[in-house]
Amino acid sequence: MEKSIEQTSQKTNRKVIKNRVAYLDKQVPFYTPFVGILGLLLLWELIAQLGFVSPLFLPAPSVIITTGWEMLTNGEIISNLSASLYRILMGYALGSVFGILVGLILGFFRTADAIGTPIVYSIYPIPKIALLPLFILWLGIGELSKVTIIALGVFFPVVINTFSGVKNVDPLLVKAAVTFGSSRFNVIRKVILPGALPMIFAGLKLAAGTSLLLLVSAEMIAAQEGLGSMVLHYGNLMIISKLMVGVLILSLLGLTFNKVLKWLEGKLIPWQ
Amino acid sequence: MKIVIENVIKKFIDAKKNEVTALNDINFSINEEEFVVLVGPSGCGKSTLLNIVGGLLSPTSGDVYFDGIEQDPTLGIVFQENALFPWRTVFQNVVYGLEERGASKKEQKEIGNHYLDMVGLADFRDAYPKQLSGGMKQRAGIARALAVEPDLLLMDEPFSALDAQTRTLMQEELLTIWNRTRLSTLYVTHNIQEAVYLADRVIVLSRHPGQIKQIIHIDLPKTKRNSEEHIQQFNRYSEEIWELIRHDAQKALKE
Repeated sequence: MEKSIEQTSQKTNRKVIKNRVAYLDKQVPFYTPFVGILGLLLLWELIAQLGFVSPLFLPAPSVIITTGWEMLTNGEIISNLSASLYRILMGYALGSVFGILVGLILGFFRTADAIGTPIVYSIYPIPKIALLPLFILWLGIGELSKVTIIALGVFFPVVINTFSGVKNVDPLLVKAAVTFGSSRFNVIRKVILPGALPMIFAGLKLAAGTSLLLLVSAEMIAAQEGLGSMVLHYGNLMIISKLMVGVLILSLLGLTFNKVLKWLEGKLIPWQ
Repeated sequence: MKIVIENVIKKFIDAKKNEVTALNDINFSINEEEFVVLVGPSGCGKSTLLNIVGGLLSPTSGDVYFDGIEQDPTLGIVFQENALFPWRTVFQNVVYGLEERGASKKEQKEIGNHYLDMVGLADFRDAYPKQLSGGMKQRAGIARALAVEPDLLLMDEPFSALDAQTRTLMQEELLTIWNRTRLSTLYVTHNIQEAVYLADRVIVLSRHPGQIKQIIHIDLPKTKRNSEEHIQQFNRYSEEIWELIRHDAQKALKE
């Protein structure tokens, strides 16, 4: 958007007025985002190769990649990753389904709100990982206790977001639905749920980070397999390149998680 | 069939815990194929009354009932802020009432498309409300209300959020649509010209408390009321109503 006004009367004294907020719509070439990451990797590689830092403490990216490839081919990554994926997906699914359900009920029914909300808010501030020993005693050291802790960590942000999403639905839309013959159940299904969906997704995204954190913590405390125990294991052995591979995979896992949620949000909320 | 509003009183408790009478002893009826317009200054309780008739608010006392009707009456409401579901496309919004009544997909499609055509939104059937202009949203709202083929059509200042030009066009269009459907209609507005342009009968409300000041039959043909031929009569009606409202409107302004 180039806007210019010219003073045509005196050509010698011409002053062109330019758009002074052009930087607001400045376009960046598509490769710019990669430049930063590549630059950082290059710098890291250089520092490691030139021997500024002992490779024992900071292995070069190239070393991490080759170590990663070895661990991938000998199946170490696959077995650890699949154990972790099972836990986080089960926990996340359970926590979000129950979270959305409970959030809808608390938001819609006044009595449920009065009874349930104080309970939710009193359990919410407990750091969930503190409950792991308790769950191990109750549910055993197996998968169930880890899945439960993740589910619980996901449940709360989802409940609270769903709840406020329901409260924020325009009452006029509920009136409109009732006018056109909607039953209570249909009001929840066709008005409250879609109306709360943007907030529900905010909760789901928040919970994605929490679930990853709980996964790693729980696996560090009580697991033989999984990315968390793998990272801890190689830390204890001082094999930092393998430790870094674990961290790298966790970072990729988090990224994928976010991408999937974003894609799902676009699919489920096309009206925004 | 007629719709009877009988001895309706509505009282509120305001923020200072005082009892306020919003509507005082309202009595009138809407006949079959009659277009009744409620007009009055702001704060006269006309929207409250429409909400009571629409079953969205309970009166403190009094009744609203349909006389001479077998089945449960069907209502269609057009809201001031259109109240379209943002997550539904125009078509999905229009067939909402049909869907809730258990109409088949085929029926929904036929009736939905019919009314989309009628309001001139056929090309926008798959758009979301967010993508529509104010006038188009209101057309979609009208189509949604018409699609259930209601026994009573309620319209709560449907054009008040539109710009003046769109508004004029929408009034003309509403009249054309109404002449095709001839639904019993209760229409709320604060615009006197709009009232005279659309109504068979204008009910003028006064404020504090909201009550019926006068009921005026508009004795003009249903179309071309603002043409050369009828303009004098049209203006006379408008002035008559304005004289009734003027004093109240001035007081409303000072609050």
